[in-house]
Amino acid sequence: MSRILIVAEHDGAKLNPSTSKCVTCAAKIPGASVDILVLAADAAAVAGQAAAVAGVGKVLAVDNPANAEPLAAVQAPQVAKLAADYTHVFGPSTTFGKDLMPRVAALLGVGQVTDIMAVEGAHCFKRPIYAGNAVLTVEVPADAKVVATVRVASFEAAAQGGSASVEKADPGVPLPAHTRFVSRSGATTGRPDLQSAARVVAGGRALGSADGFKIIYSLADKLGAAVGASRAAVDAGYVANDLQIGQTGKIIAPELYIGIGISGAIQHMTGIKDARTIVAINKDGEAPIFEAADIGLVGDLFAIVPELEKQLGG
Amino acid sequence: MVGVKRVVDYNVRVRVKPDMSGVITEGVKMSINPFDEIALEEALRIKERGLADEVLAVSIGPADSQQQLRTALAMGADRAILVQTDAAIGPLSVAKVFLKLIEKEQPLLVLVGKQAIDDDNGQTAQMLGALWDRPQAVSCSKVEVSNGKATVTREVDAGLETLDVDLPAVLSVDLRLNEPRYVKLPDIMKAKKKPLDTMGLADFGVTDAPAFKTVKVEPPPQRQKGVMVKNVAELVDALKKKGLV
Repeated sequence: MSRILIVAEHDGAKLNPSTSKCVTCAAKIPGASVDILVLAADAAAVAGQAAAVAGVGKVLAVDNPANAEPLAAVQAPQVAKLAADYTHVFGPSTTFGKDLMPRVAALLGVGQVTDIMAVEGAHCFKRPIYAGNAVLTVEVPADAKVVATVRVASFEAAAQGGSASVEKADPGVPLPAHTRFVSRSGATTGRPDLQSAARVVAGGRALGSADGFKIIYSLADKLGAAVGASRAAVDAGYVANDLQIGQTGKIIAPELYIGIGISGAIQHMTGIKDARTIVAINKDGEAPIFEAADIGLVGDLFAIVPELEKQLGG
Repeated sequence: MVGVKRVVDYNVRVRVKPDMSGVITEGVKMSINPFDEIALEEALRIKERGLADEVLAVSIGPADSQQQLRTALAMGADRAILVQTDAAIGPLSVAKVFLKLIEKEQPLLVLVGKQAIDDDNGQTAQMLGALWDRPQAVSCSKVEVSNGKATVTREVDAGLETLDVDLPAVLSVDLRLNEPRYVKLPDIMKAKKKPLDTMGLADFGVTDAPAFKTVKVEPPPQRQKGVMVKNVAELVDALKKKGLV
């Protein structure tokens, strides 16, 4: 039987929704038991939220001041040690999990399956390669521990209402001091989180400047949407890197995605193709984004976007 | 020490083979993985600032990877090593080879791209960090080296994170770290005279057995082209019909 340990992503106070998406992925493995590991300076609050995710058997809580910030070099030996009793170790394919999980896999002496998008069996998974232009089905040897990251856009969040037990755990392994956290800067915009938002309004290079991007923010606020951007817009300095959608940015799966002034490079499309509805607004009717858009509108975005905001008004 | 992977060029539209065993690479333009090119550029700049003596480019792959290593030498790498194999070995095996090279070469820094754009794994730096028992910093967008340590800024979902790491360390680099230089013709000529050693996987005690079995490679499900609307009023109507606004 599969015993699956999921490494929780959190900010010390709140459990990231990516964790409960990993639970949904893990639950696709027939007969699996699913536990969550919370590494924190004080794990109680996050462990409580993890215990409330439906389908979780138990939560392992590790309290250690060294876990105040999620440093992969510090967390990996703890995860590897506690993974001893498990057949699978999963983490989200967010920057948190991408940093940590390969280090865990190497400590365990196994390969890592990146970006699980579908579960075919306890040791068999589908994952995207070539920026999502091909889908690879891989099989992990039956006798190997499965270490994997889960493509969070491919799975819904698990339901609430669980009542898992919370157990304190102590990996008792030496932790390195060679890696030290200095600071983290992020935009606290008050807008929904790009990765988990139901609606996303994204802008491209055609916005022309950081100032031009204001109409994107304005429309997003009207819709209660998160704001995203193409790589070109980020590279041009219109918006910060954490808004980038695509192969090397965030992979999103909102109900509604509105791409404005985005031509639709393959690398961007790989980040949005799980959106339920794609709307494209672009002055170039030949832009590739229209090939994948559910609704397309050709025209001058500086006229269309304010007008759209107005007509959504009532 | 910089990892340089030969991959299908960024601009090629990849196609899956009819027998679903992989993607078509025959007759397709191949290049240095763009993230590795950024890693190499950063190593060259660190050397140009007087903080390193030598830049070594390493590739693990088929004989034709010499082309990418020659490009790396033309960009400014001092020498190159090709660890030749026709097998598609995974990141863990790559990390094992790198570790053996590190023991011999004693680099201050190992730099690689944050992912290769073919298999999109993004694992090599982290696995090497584990096997080497040294710091890792993944997705770096700024690197400052001084006094036996590096201060690095990484791109994370929440924004930017800054870490201090003791050296030696392994870094994986992101897009916005730098813009790689263009190679000039005289540099290509000069690169032909720079040392490029070829070794085999067996020299490192690493087998070419893949970690996982490839069951099949398929094209992704395609989205259907939807409708084009003529104006904003029609767009709002269409959104309302779908219950989206």
